[in-house]
Amino acid sequence: MALPNSEFKNRKNLMNRETVSQQIKRRLRLNEFFKYVFLAGLVFALLVLSTLIYDVISKGGGWVDLDFLRNFPSRRPEDAGLYPALIGSLWLMLLIVPMVFIIGVGAAIYLEEYAPKNRMTSFIEVNISNLAGVPSIVFGLLGLTIFVRVMELGNSIMAGALTLGLMSLPIVIVASQESLRAVKMELRHASLALGASKWQTTFNVVLPSALPGIITGIILAVSRAIGETAPLIMVGAATFISTTPSSVLSDFTALPIQIYNWTSRPQAEFQNLAAAGIIVLMTMLITMNSVAIYIRNKYTNRH
Amino acid sequence: MMKQQELNKGDNNVNTTTTEPTATEMKKDSAYVVNNLNLWYGEDQALIDVNLDIKKNEVTAIIGPSGCGKSTFIKTLNRMVELVPSVRTNGEILYHGRNIFDRGYRVEDLRTSVGMVFQQPNPFPKSVYDNVAYGPRTHGIKNKKVLDEIVERSLRGAAIWDEVKDRLNENAYGLSGGQQQRLCIARTLAIEPDVILMDEPTSALDPISTLKVEELVQELKEQYSIIIVTHNMQQAARVSDKTAFFLNGEVVEFDVTDKIFSNPSDKRTEDYISGRFG
Repeated sequence: MALPNSEFKNRKNLMNRETVSQQIKRRLRLNEFFKYVFLAGLVFALLVLSTLIYDVISKGGGWVDLDFLRNFPSRRPEDAGLYPALIGSLWLMLLIVPMVFIIGVGAAIYLEEYAPKNRMTSFIEVNISNLAGVPSIVFGLLGLTIFVRVMELGNSIMAGALTLGLMSLPIVIVASQESLRAVKMELRHASLALGASKWQTTFNVVLPSALPGIITGIILAVSRAIGETAPLIMVGAATFISTTPSSVLSDFTALPIQIYNWTSRPQAEFQNLAAAGIIVLMTMLITMNSVAIYIRNKYTNRH
Repeated sequence: MMKQQELNKGDNNVNTTTTEPTATEMKKDSAYVVNNLNLWYGEDQALIDVNLDIKKNEVTAIIGPSGCGKSTFIKTLNRMVELVPSVRTNGEILYHGRNIFDRGYRVEDLRTSVGMVFQQPNPFPKSVYDNVAYGPRTHGIKNKKVLDEIVERSLRGAAIWDEVKDRLNENAYGLSGGQQQRLCIARTLAIEPDVILMDEPTSALDPISTLKVEELVQELKEQYSIIIVTHNMQQAARVSDKTAFFLNGEVVEFDVTDKIFSNPSDKRTEDYISGRFG
Protein backbone atom coordinates (compact mmCIF):
# COMPACT_ATOMS: atom_id res chain seq x y z
CA MET A 1 0.00 0.00 0.00
CA ALA A 2 1.38 3.38 -1.01
CA LEU A 3 1.87 5.62 1.95
CA PRO A 4 0.47 9.09 1.46
CA ASN A 5 3.95 10.47 2.05
CA SER A 6 5.58 8.64 -0.82
CA GLU A 7 4.97 11.62 -3.08
CA PHE A 8 7.26 13.66 -0.92
CA LYS A 9 10.17 11.28 -1.18
CA ASN A 10 11.87 13.06 -4.05
CA ARG A 11 10.28 16.36 -3.42
CA LYS A 12 10.74 19.34 -5.62
CA ASN A 13 9.52 22.53 -4.02
CA LEU A 14 6.88 24.32 -6.02
CA MET A 15 7.01 27.41 -3.86
CA ASN A 16 10.02 29.66 -4.29
CA ARG A 17 11.30 30.85 -0.92
CA GLU A 18 12.61 34.07 -2.45
CA THR A 19 9.27 35.18 -3.85
CA VAL A 20 7.42 34.03 -0.75
CA SER A 21 9.68 36.17 1.38
CA GLN A 22 9.03 39.15 -0.92
CA GLN A 23 5.36 38.51 -0.60
CA ILE A 24 5.44 38.33 3.16
CA LYS A 25 6.96 41.82 3.20
CA ARG A 26 4.07 43.13 1.15
CA ARG A 27 1.52 41.35 3.29
CA LEU A 28 2.97 42.78 6.46
CA ARG A 29 2.85 46.30 5.01
CA LEU A 30 -0.82 45.77 4.18
CA ASN A 31 -1.34 44.46 7.68
CA GLU A 32 0.10 47.66 9.13
CA PHE A 33 -1.97 49.80 6.76
CA PHE A 34 -5.24 48.23 7.78
CA LYS A 35 -4.43 48.60 11.44
CA TYR A 36 -4.40 52.38 10.92
CA VAL A 37 -7.54 52.30 8.78
CA PHE A 38 -9.43 50.63 11.62
CA LEU A 39 -7.91 52.96 14.20
CA ALA A 40 -9.07 55.92 12.08
CA GLY A 41 -12.60 54.49 12.14
CA LEU A 42 -12.57 54.36 15.92
CA VAL A 43 -11.09 57.87 16.27
CA PHE A 44 -13.70 59.29 13.90
CA ALA A 45 -16.56 57.71 15.85
CA LEU A 46 -15.17 58.97 19.15
CA LEU A 47 -14.65 62.47 17.71
CA VAL A 48 -18.24 62.74 16.51
CA LEU A 49 -19.54 61.46 19.81
CA SER A 50 -17.44 63.77 21.93
CA THR A 51 -18.33 66.77 19.73
CA LEU A 52 -21.99 66.01 20.26
CA ILE A 53 -21.60 65.58 23.98
CA TYR A 54 -19.49 68.76 24.24
CA ASP A 55 -22.05 70.74 22.24
CA VAL A 56 -24.96 69.51 24.34
CA ILE A 57 -23.23 70.04 27.65
CA SER A 58 -21.91 73.50 26.79
CA LYS A 59 -25.38 74.63 25.74
CA GLY A 60 -27.55 72.87 28.27
CA GLY A 61 -25.21 72.12 31.16
CA GLY A 62 -26.08 75.31 33.01
CA TRP A 63 -29.80 74.63 32.74
CA VAL A 64 -29.90 71.22 34.39
CA ASP A 65 -30.79 71.62 38.05
CA LEU A 66 -33.37 70.31 40.46
CA ASP A 67 -35.95 72.87 39.36
CA PHE A 68 -35.51 71.77 35.77
CA LEU A 69 -36.36 68.22 36.80
CA ARG A 70 -39.24 69.30 39.09
CA ASN A 71 -40.99 72.03 37.07
CA PHE A 72 -43.67 71.82 34.46
CA PRO A 73 -43.00 73.28 31.00
CA SER A 74 -43.52 77.02 30.86
CA ARG A 75 -43.52 79.86 28.39
CA ARG A 76 -40.73 81.47 30.37
CA PRO A 77 -37.55 79.49 29.77
CA GLU A 78 -36.12 80.13 33.23
CA ASP A 79 -39.17 78.46 34.85
CA ALA A 80 -39.55 75.63 32.37
CA GLY A 81 -38.90 72.03 33.42
CA LEU A 82 -39.51 68.58 32.10
CA TYR A 83 -41.10 66.88 35.10
CA PRO A 84 -44.14 65.48 33.24
CA ALA A 85 -41.97 64.28 30.37
CA LEU A 86 -39.60 62.52 32.78
CA ILE A 87 -42.50 60.83 34.56
CA GLY A 88 -44.07 59.94 31.21
CA SER A 89 -40.87 58.28 30.02
CA LEU A 90 -40.56 56.31 33.26
CA TRP A 91 -44.17 55.16 32.95
CA LEU A 92 -43.48 54.01 29.39
CA MET A 93 -40.44 52.07 30.51
CA LEU A 94 -42.29 50.37 33.36
CA LEU A 95 -44.97 49.20 30.94
CA ILE A 96 -42.70 48.21 28.06
CA VAL A 97 -40.22 46.07 29.99
CA PRO A 98 -42.61 43.42 31.34
CA MET A 99 -44.53 43.45 28.06
CA VAL A 100 -41.53 42.69 25.85
CA PHE A 101 -40.05 40.31 28.42
CA ILE A 102 -43.09 38.08 28.59
CA ILE A 103 -44.08 38.16 24.94
CA GLY A 104 -40.62 38.45 23.41
CA VAL A 105 -38.86 35.81 25.48
CA GLY A 106 -41.89 33.54 25.20
CA ALA A 107 -41.87 33.77 21.43
CA ALA A 108 -38.11 33.19 21.34
CA ILE A 109 -38.37 30.11 23.58
CA TYR A 110 -41.10 28.67 21.42
CA LEU A 111 -39.15 29.26 18.22
CA GLU A 112 -35.85 27.89 19.58
CA GLU A 113 -36.92 25.09 21.89
CA TYR A 114 -40.29 23.85 20.72
CA ALA A 115 -41.04 24.75 17.12
CA PRO A 116 -40.14 22.12 14.52
CA LYS A 117 -37.35 23.31 12.27
CA ASN A 118 -39.21 23.58 9.00
CA ARG A 119 -39.93 26.13 6.29
CA MET A 120 -42.78 27.71 8.18
CA THR A 121 -40.54 28.39 11.17
CA SER A 122 -37.75 29.86 9.11
CA PHE A 123 -40.30 31.97 7.20
CA ILE A 124 -41.54 33.36 10.51
CA GLU A 125 -37.98 33.96 11.72
CA VAL A 126 -37.01 35.86 8.58
CA ASN A 127 -40.08 38.04 8.96
CA ILE A 128 -39.36 38.82 12.58
CA SER A 129 -35.88 39.95 11.57
CA ASN A 130 -37.44 42.07 8.84
CA LEU A 131 -39.79 43.68 11.34
CA ALA A 132 -36.75 44.82 13.31
CA GLY A 133 -35.83 46.95 10.31
CA VAL A 134 -39.24 48.57 9.80
CA PRO A 135 -39.05 52.38 10.35
CA SER A 136 -40.47 53.46 13.68
CA ILE A 137 -42.97 55.83 12.04
CA VAL A 138 -44.68 52.79 10.53
CA PHE A 139 -45.14 51.32 14.00
CA GLY A 140 -46.52 54.71 14.99
CA LEU A 141 -49.15 54.53 12.25
CA LEU A 142 -50.05 51.00 13.30
CA GLY A 143 -50.34 52.12 16.92
CA LEU A 144 -52.56 55.04 15.91
CA THR A 145 -54.90 52.75 13.99
CA ILE A 146 -55.09 49.81 16.37
CA PHE A 147 -54.44 51.09 19.87
CA VAL A 148 -55.67 54.69 19.66
CA ARG A 149 -58.64 54.24 17.33
CA VAL A 150 -59.81 50.60 17.24
CA MET A 151 -59.08 49.77 20.87
CA GLU A 152 -60.11 53.31 21.84
CA LEU A 153 -57.20 53.82 24.20
CA GLY A 154 -56.94 57.44 23.06
CA ASN A 155 -53.68 59.37 23.31
CA SER A 156 -52.83 57.49 26.48
CA ILE A 157 -49.66 56.11 28.02
CA MET A 158 -50.98 52.62 27.32
CA ALA A 159 -51.31 53.35 23.62
CA GLY A 160 -47.78 54.77 23.56
CA ALA A 161 -46.33 51.85 25.52
CA LEU A 162 -48.05 49.24 23.35
CA THR A 163 -46.77 50.96 20.21
CA LEU A 164 -43.20 51.22 21.50
CA GLY A 165 -43.41 47.67 22.88
CA LEU A 166 -44.48 46.36 19.51
CA MET A 167 -41.56 48.20 17.96
CA SER A 168 -39.09 46.66 20.44
CA LEU A 169 -40.45 43.11 20.19
CA PRO A 170 -38.59 41.98 17.05
CA ILE A 171 -35.26 43.10 18.49
CA VAL A 172 -36.00 41.36 21.78
CA ILE A 173 -37.08 38.16 20.04
CA VAL A 174 -34.01 38.05 17.81
CA ALA A 175 -31.63 38.83 20.70
CA SER A 176 -33.30 36.22 22.93
CA GLN A 177 -33.21 33.61 20.19
CA GLU A 178 -29.52 34.21 19.73
CA SER A 179 -28.76 33.82 23.41
CA LEU A 180 -30.89 30.68 23.62
CA ARG A 181 -29.09 29.26 20.61
CA ALA A 182 -25.74 29.99 22.24
CA VAL A 183 -26.56 27.65 25.15
CA LYS A 184 -24.66 24.45 24.52
CA MET A 185 -26.69 21.48 23.31
CA GLU A 186 -24.79 19.26 25.79
CA LEU A 187 -26.45 21.04 28.70
CA ARG A 188 -29.91 20.34 27.34
CA HIS A 189 -28.92 16.71 26.77
CA ALA A 190 -27.58 16.41 30.32
CA SER A 191 -30.86 17.60 31.73
CA LEU A 192 -33.08 15.55 29.42
CA ALA A 193 -31.03 12.42 30.12
CA LEU A 194 -31.80 12.82 33.82
CA GLY A 195 -35.49 12.53 33.05
CA ALA A 196 -36.30 16.24 33.14
CA SER A 197 -39.11 17.41 30.89
CA LYS A 198 -38.53 19.95 28.17
CA TRP A 199 -40.03 22.73 30.27
CA GLN A 200 -37.85 21.83 33.29
CA THR A 201 -34.81 21.76 31.02
CA THR A 202 -35.69 25.10 29.47
CA PHE A 203 -36.53 26.80 32.74
CA ASN A 204 -33.77 25.40 34.96
CA VAL A 205 -30.86 25.03 32.56
CA VAL A 206 -31.33 26.88 29.29
CA LEU A 207 -32.95 30.08 30.52
CA PRO A 208 -30.47 30.82 33.34
CA SER A 209 -27.60 30.45 30.89
CA ALA A 210 -29.30 32.63 28.29
CA LEU A 211 -30.58 35.26 30.71
CA PRO A 212 -27.65 37.71 30.59
CA GLY A 213 -27.95 37.93 26.81
CA ILE A 214 -31.71 38.22 26.96
CA ILE A 215 -31.61 41.01 29.55
CA THR A 216 -28.99 42.88 27.56
CA GLY A 217 -31.18 42.63 24.47
CA ILE A 218 -34.24 43.87 26.33
CA ILE A 219 -32.47 46.83 27.87
CA LEU A 220 -30.95 47.87 24.56
CA ALA A 221 -34.30 47.56 22.79
CA VAL A 222 -36.09 49.50 25.53
CA SER A 223 -33.41 52.21 25.55
CA ARG A 224 -34.01 52.65 21.86
CA ALA A 225 -37.75 52.81 22.39
CA ILE A 226 -37.40 55.43 25.13
CA GLY A 227 -35.44 57.65 22.75
CA GLU A 228 -38.03 57.36 19.96
CA THR A 229 -40.06 60.42 18.96
CA ALA A 230 -41.86 59.54 15.74
CA PRO A 231 -44.20 56.77 16.97
CA LEU A 232 -45.18 58.84 20.00
CA ILE A 233 -46.06 61.80 17.81
CA MET A 234 -48.22 59.49 15.71
CA VAL A 235 -50.13 58.13 18.70
CA GLY A 236 -50.62 61.70 19.83
CA ALA A 237 -48.46 62.21 22.90
CA ALA A 238 -49.19 65.71 24.15
CA THR A 239 -46.60 68.40 23.65
CA PHE A 240 -47.88 70.32 26.62
CA ILE A 241 -49.65 68.97 29.67
CA SER A 242 -50.05 70.59 33.04
CA THR A 243 -50.62 67.46 35.12
CA THR A 244 -48.64 64.30 35.63
CA PRO A 245 -50.32 61.08 34.48
CA SER A 246 -52.51 59.47 37.10
CA SER A 247 -53.16 56.16 35.35
CA VAL A 248 -52.11 54.25 32.25
CA LEU A 249 -55.02 55.81 30.41
CA SER A 250 -53.96 59.42 31.08
CA ASP A 251 -52.59 61.77 28.49
CA PHE A 252 -48.85 61.98 28.66
CA THR A 253 -45.73 63.37 27.20
CA ALA A 254 -42.24 61.93 27.05
CA LEU A 255 -38.68 63.24 27.05
CA PRO A 256 -38.05 63.06 23.28
CA ILE A 257 -41.35 64.84 22.63
CA GLN A 258 -40.51 67.59 25.07
CA ILE A 259 -37.06 67.99 23.52
CA TYR A 260 -38.56 68.07 20.04
CA ASN A 261 -41.03 70.67 21.16
CA TRP A 262 -38.36 72.94 22.61
CA THR A 263 -36.11 72.73 19.57
CA SER A 264 -38.93 73.93 17.34
CA ARG A 265 -39.26 77.22 19.26
CA PRO A 266 -37.55 80.31 17.92
CA GLN A 267 -36.04 81.66 21.18
CA ALA A 268 -32.42 80.72 21.83
CA GLU A 269 -33.13 79.88 25.48
CA PHE A 270 -35.42 77.05 24.43
CA GLN A 271 -32.62 75.61 22.33
CA ASN A 272 -30.57 75.46 25.50
CA LEU A 273 -33.46 73.86 27.33
CA ALA A 274 -33.60 71.22 24.61
CA ALA A 275 -29.91 70.56 25.16
CA ALA A 276 -30.57 70.24 28.89
CA GLY A 277 -33.36 67.78 28.09
CA ILE A 278 -30.99 65.78 25.96
CA ILE A 279 -28.57 65.59 28.88
CA VAL A 280 -31.31 64.15 31.09
CA LEU A 281 -32.40 61.65 28.42
CA MET A 282 -28.81 60.63 27.74
CA THR A 283 -28.09 60.16 31.43
CA MET A 284 -31.13 57.91 31.66
CA LEU A 285 -30.05 55.83 28.67
CA ILE A 286 -26.44 55.54 29.80
CA THR A 287 -27.63 54.41 33.22
CA MET A 288 -29.80 51.74 31.62
CA ASN A 289 -26.99 50.53 29.40
CA SER A 290 -24.62 50.41 32.35
CA VAL A 291 -27.11 48.24 34.18
CA ALA A 292 -27.23 45.97 31.14
CA ILE A 293 -23.45 45.66 31.05
CA TYR A 294 -23.30 45.09 34.80
CA ILE A 295 -25.87 42.31 34.65
CA ARG A 296 -24.13 40.67 31.73
CA ASN A 297 -20.74 40.71 33.43
CA LYS A 298 -22.09 39.53 36.73
CA TYR A 299 -23.76 36.47 35.24
CA THR A 300 -21.09 35.73 32.66
CA ASN A 301 -18.39 35.53 35.32
CA ARG A 302 -20.37 33.02 37.27
CA HIS A 303 -20.52 30.60 34.36
CA MET B 1 -22.75 -12.82 4.25
CA MET B 2 -26.18 -14.01 5.26
CA LYS B 3 -24.78 -17.40 5.98
CA GLN B 4 -22.11 -16.00 8.18
CA GLN B 5 -24.65 -14.08 10.18
CA GLU B 6 -26.76 -17.13 10.68
CA LEU B 7 -23.65 -18.92 11.79
CA ASN B 8 -22.80 -16.23 14.30
CA LYS B 9 -26.21 -16.28 15.76
CA GLY B 10 -26.01 -20.02 16.21
CA ASP B 11 -22.54 -19.89 17.65
CA ASN B 12 -22.90 -17.10 20.09
CA ASN B 13 -26.48 -17.20 21.17
CA VAL B 14 -26.84 -13.62 20.07
CA ASN B 15 -30.51 -14.10 19.69
CA THR B 16 -31.76 -17.61 19.47
CA THR B 17 -35.35 -16.66 20.04
CA THR B 18 -37.32 -17.19 16.92
CA THR B 19 -40.61 -16.52 18.64
CA GLU B 20 -41.46 -13.09 19.99
CA PRO B 21 -40.36 -12.88 23.61
CA THR B 22 -43.08 -11.27 25.64
CA ALA B 23 -42.79 -9.50 28.93
CA THR B 24 -43.46 -12.63 30.89
CA GLU B 25 -41.11 -14.72 28.84
CA MET B 26 -38.30 -12.25 29.19
CA LYS B 27 -35.54 -13.54 31.35
CA LYS B 28 -35.42 -11.99 34.79
CA ASP B 29 -31.70 -11.31 34.56
CA SER B 30 -31.91 -9.20 31.43
CA ALA B 31 -31.66 -5.44 31.62
CA TYR B 32 -32.44 -4.92 27.97
CA VAL B 33 -33.63 -7.26 25.25
CA VAL B 34 -33.25 -5.71 21.81
CA ASN B 35 -35.22 -7.35 19.02
CA ASN B 36 -34.71 -6.60 15.33
CA LEU B 37 -33.92 -2.96 15.91
CA ASN B 38 -33.55 -0.86 12.77
CA LEU B 39 -32.85 2.85 12.78
CA TRP B 40 -32.67 5.42 10.02
CA TYR B 41 -31.40 9.00 9.93
CA GLY B 42 -33.53 10.26 7.07
CA GLU B 43 -32.66 7.85 4.27
CA ASP B 44 -29.47 6.47 5.82
CA GLN B 45 -29.84 3.31 7.80
CA ALA B 46 -27.61 3.49 10.87
CA LEU B 47 -28.67 0.32 12.67
CA ILE B 48 -29.55 -2.89 10.87
CA ASP B 49 -31.43 -5.67 12.58
CA VAL B 50 -29.75 -5.38 15.95
CA ASN B 51 -30.47 -8.19 18.39
CA LEU B 52 -28.90 -8.13 21.83
CA ASP B 53 -29.67 -9.47 25.26
CA ILE B 54 -27.98 -7.26 27.82
CA LYS B 55 -27.71 -8.76 31.28
CA LYS B 56 -28.21 -7.06 34.60
CA ASN B 57 -25.23 -6.19 36.79
CA GLU B 58 -22.76 -6.70 34.03
CA VAL B 59 -20.61 -4.34 32.08
CA THR B 60 -21.40 -4.60 28.41
CA ALA B 61 -18.89 -2.93 26.13
CA ILE B 62 -19.77 -1.81 22.64
CA ILE B 63 -16.84 -1.51 20.28
CA GLY B 64 -16.43 -0.80 16.60
CA PRO B 65 -14.90 1.69 14.20
CA SER B 66 -16.15 5.29 13.87
CA GLY B 67 -19.54 5.51 12.23
CA CYS B 68 -20.49 1.90 12.97
CA GLY B 69 -23.58 2.95 14.91
CA LYS B 70 -22.39 2.23 18.44
CA SER B 71 -23.14 5.72 19.72
CA THR B 72 -26.47 5.71 17.92
CA PHE B 73 -27.30 2.39 19.54
CA ILE B 74 -26.56 3.47 23.09
CA LYS B 75 -28.54 6.69 22.59
CA THR B 76 -31.46 4.58 21.40
CA LEU B 77 -31.52 2.76 24.73
CA ASN B 78 -32.73 5.91 26.51
CA ARG B 79 -34.33 7.36 23.39
CA MET B 80 -32.02 10.38 23.36
CA VAL B 81 -31.46 9.60 19.69
CA GLU B 82 -34.94 10.93 19.01
CA LEU B 83 -33.68 14.47 19.59
CA VAL B 84 -32.45 14.24 16.00
CA PRO B 85 -35.58 15.21 14.11
CA SER B 86 -35.19 12.85 11.14
CA VAL B 87 -34.80 9.64 13.18
CA ARG B 88 -37.07 6.68 12.44
CA THR B 89 -36.93 3.31 14.20
CA ASN B 90 -38.61 -0.05 14.09
CA GLY B 91 -38.22 -3.23 16.07
CA GLU B 92 -38.41 -3.28 19.83
CA ILE B 93 -36.29 -2.68 22.87
CA LEU B 94 -37.63 -4.37 25.97
CA TYR B 95 -36.61 -2.69 29.17
CA HIS B 96 -37.90 -4.39 32.29
CA GLY B 97 -40.16 -6.29 29.94
CA ARG B 98 -41.77 -3.25 28.35
CA ASN B 99 -41.10 -1.99 24.86
CA ILE B 100 -39.66 1.50 25.25
CA PHE B 101 -41.12 2.50 21.89
CA ASP B 102 -44.66 1.84 23.13
CA ARG B 103 -47.00 4.72 22.58
CA GLY B 104 -47.74 5.14 26.26
CA TYR B 105 -44.13 4.90 27.39
CA ARG B 106 -42.95 8.25 28.69
CA VAL B 107 -39.30 9.02 27.93
CA GLU B 108 -39.09 10.86 31.25
CA ASP B 109 -39.84 7.59 33.07
CA LEU B 110 -37.29 5.72 31.02
CA ARG B 111 -34.57 8.30 31.56
CA THR B 112 -35.20 8.34 35.29
CA SER B 113 -34.13 4.72 35.60
CA VAL B 114 -31.56 4.76 32.79
CA GLY B 115 -28.79 7.28 33.43
CA MET B 116 -26.38 8.50 30.82
CA VAL B 117 -22.80 9.75 30.89
CA PHE B 118 -21.66 11.61 27.80
CA GLN B 119 -18.49 11.77 25.78
CA GLN B 120 -17.63 15.32 26.84
CA PRO B 121 -18.07 16.10 30.54
CA ASN B 122 -21.15 18.33 30.57
CA PRO B 123 -21.75 19.65 34.08
CA PHE B 124 -24.28 22.47 34.44
CA PRO B 125 -22.85 25.93 35.08
CA LYS B 126 -23.97 25.56 38.68
CA SER B 127 -22.33 24.58 41.94
CA VAL B 128 -21.10 21.04 42.53
CA TYR B 129 -23.98 20.51 44.95
CA ASP B 130 -26.63 21.84 42.56
CA ASN B 131 -25.29 19.66 39.76
CA VAL B 132 -25.80 16.49 41.75
CA ALA B 133 -29.07 17.67 43.27
CA TYR B 134 -30.48 18.61 39.86
CA GLY B 135 -31.95 15.17 39.13
CA PRO B 136 -33.63 14.61 42.51
CA ARG B 137 -34.93 18.19 42.52
CA THR B 138 -36.33 17.65 39.05
CA HIS B 139 -38.21 14.67 40.38
CA GLY B 140 -39.70 16.68 43.19
CA ILE B 141 -37.41 16.14 46.18
CA LYS B 142 -37.26 19.38 48.16
CA ASN B 143 -36.25 18.21 51.64
CA LYS B 144 -32.78 19.61 52.30
CA LYS B 145 -31.75 16.67 54.49
CA VAL B 146 -32.70 14.10 51.88
CA LEU B 147 -30.94 16.12 49.18
CA ASP B 148 -27.81 16.41 51.32
CA GLU B 149 -27.78 12.67 51.78
CA ILE B 150 -28.31 11.94 48.08
CA VAL B 151 -25.57 14.38 47.12
CA GLU B 152 -23.04 12.90 49.52
CA ARG B 153 -23.89 9.32 48.63
CA SER B 154 -23.73 10.02 44.90
CA LEU B 155 -20.42 11.86 45.16
CA ARG B 156 -18.99 9.04 47.24
CA GLY B 157 -20.36 6.54 44.75
CA ALA B 158 -18.55 8.35 41.97
CA ALA B 159 -15.31 8.39 44.01
CA ILE B 160 -15.07 12.17 44.00
CA TRP B 161 -16.42 13.05 47.45
CA ASP B 162 -13.01 13.55 49.06
CA GLU B 163 -11.93 15.90 46.29
CA VAL B 164 -15.00 18.13 46.35
CA LYS B 165 -16.46 17.89 49.86
CA ASP B 166 -14.97 21.27 50.79
CA ARG B 167 -16.06 23.00 47.60
CA LEU B 168 -19.64 21.85 47.19
CA ASN B 169 -20.75 25.43 46.62
CA GLU B 170 -18.14 26.25 44.04
CA ASN B 171 -18.93 26.25 40.37
CA ALA B 172 -18.44 22.87 38.72
CA TYR B 173 -16.61 24.54 35.84
CA GLY B 174 -13.65 25.03 38.18
CA LEU B 175 -13.05 21.26 38.37
CA SER B 176 -10.62 19.46 36.11
CA GLY B 177 -11.92 17.48 33.14
CA GLY B 178 -11.60 14.15 34.94
CA GLN B 179 -13.32 15.50 38.03
CA GLN B 180 -16.09 16.96 35.89
CA GLN B 181 -16.69 13.57 34.31
CA ARG B 182 -16.89 11.86 37.69
CA LEU B 183 -19.21 14.64 38.82
CA CYS B 184 -21.41 13.81 35.83
CA ILE B 185 -21.37 10.18 36.92
CA ALA B 186 -22.38 11.30 40.42
CA ARG B 187 -25.17 13.38 38.89
CA THR B 188 -26.39 10.26 37.12
CA LEU B 189 -26.17 8.14 40.30
CA ALA B 190 -28.29 10.73 42.08
CA ILE B 191 -31.41 9.75 40.14
CA GLU B 192 -30.84 6.20 41.41
CA PRO B 193 -30.94 4.49 38.03
CA ASP B 194 -30.82 0.77 37.30
CA VAL B 195 -28.80 1.12 34.14
CA ILE B 196 -25.97 3.52 33.33
CA LEU B 197 -25.20 4.22 29.70
CA MET B 198 -21.72 5.57 29.04
CA ASP B 199 -20.94 7.01 25.63
CA GLU B 200 -17.14 7.01 25.34
CA PRO B 201 -16.84 8.46 28.84
CA THR B 202 -13.06 8.65 28.86
CA SER B 203 -12.30 9.86 25.36
CA ALA B 204 -11.77 13.43 26.57
CA LEU B 205 -9.76 12.44 29.66
CA ASP B 206 -6.09 11.97 30.46
CA PRO B 207 -4.79 8.46 31.30
CA ILE B 208 -4.97 8.88 35.07
CA SER B 209 -8.53 10.18 35.01
CA THR B 210 -9.36 7.38 32.60
CA LEU B 211 -8.03 4.85 35.06
CA LYS B 212 -10.13 6.34 37.84
CA VAL B 213 -13.27 6.16 35.74
CA GLU B 214 -12.49 2.56 34.78
CA GLU B 215 -12.02 1.55 38.41
CA LEU B 216 -15.27 3.28 39.16
CA VAL B 217 -17.07 1.28 36.48
CA GLN B 218 -15.83 -1.90 38.16
CA GLU B 219 -17.24 -0.79 41.51
CA LEU B 220 -20.52 0.39 40.06
CA LYS B 221 -21.37 -2.83 38.30
CA GLU B 222 -22.20 -4.43 41.65
CA GLN B 223 -25.33 -2.34 41.77
CA TYR B 224 -25.91 -1.14 38.25
CA SER B 225 -26.01 -2.56 34.77
CA ILE B 226 -23.50 -0.64 32.71
CA ILE B 227 -23.35 -0.30 28.96
CA ILE B 228 -20.23 1.43 27.78
CA VAL B 229 -19.33 2.54 24.27
CA THR B 230 -15.62 2.78 23.76
CA HIS B 231 -13.10 3.41 21.05
CA ASN B 232 -10.42 1.92 23.16
CA MET B 233 -10.24 -1.86 22.84
CA GLN B 234 -7.95 -2.27 25.82
CA GLN B 235 -10.56 -0.46 27.83
CA ALA B 236 -13.28 -2.82 26.65
CA ALA B 237 -11.06 -5.78 27.54
CA ARG B 238 -10.25 -4.31 30.97
CA VAL B 239 -13.68 -3.28 32.16
CA SER B 240 -16.33 -5.37 30.49
CA ASP B 241 -17.92 -8.77 30.97
CA LYS B 242 -19.52 -8.92 27.55
CA THR B 243 -18.54 -7.19 24.36
CA ALA B 244 -20.57 -6.42 21.26
CA PHE B 245 -18.71 -5.64 18.07
CA PHE B 246 -20.60 -3.32 15.72
CA LEU B 247 -19.71 -2.84 12.07
CA ASN B 248 -21.65 -0.72 9.57
CA GLY B 249 -24.73 -0.73 11.78
CA GLU B 250 -24.80 -4.46 12.40
CA VAL B 251 -23.84 -6.52 15.40
CA VAL B 252 -21.10 -8.77 14.04
CA GLU B 253 -20.43 -10.57 17.27
CA PHE B 254 -21.66 -10.46 20.84
CA ASP B 255 -20.03 -12.66 23.41
CA VAL B 256 -18.11 -12.90 26.64
CA THR B 257 -15.32 -10.34 26.51
CA ASP B 258 -12.54 -12.88 27.04
CA LYS B 259 -13.74 -14.92 24.12
CA ILE B 260 -14.07 -11.89 21.83
CA PHE B 261 -10.51 -10.86 22.54
CA SER B 262 -8.88 -14.29 22.61
CA ASN B 263 -10.88 -16.37 20.21
CA PRO B 264 -13.39 -14.41 18.15
CA SER B 265 -15.66 -16.44 15.91
CA ASP B 266 -15.92 -13.89 13.16
CA LYS B 267 -13.03 -12.97 10.89
CA ARG B 268 -14.08 -9.30 10.92
CA THR B 269 -13.96 -9.16 14.71
CA GLU B 270 -10.52 -10.67 14.65
CA ASP B 271 -9.35 -8.17 12.05
CA TYR B 272 -10.70 -5.28 14.08
CA ILE B 273 -9.34 -6.27 17.47
CA SER B 274 -5.94 -7.09 16.02
CA GLY B 275 -5.86 -3.60 14.54
CA ARG B 276 -6.03 -4.52 10.89
CA PHE B 277 -8.69 -1.89 10.27
CA GLY B 278 -10.70 0.76 12.11
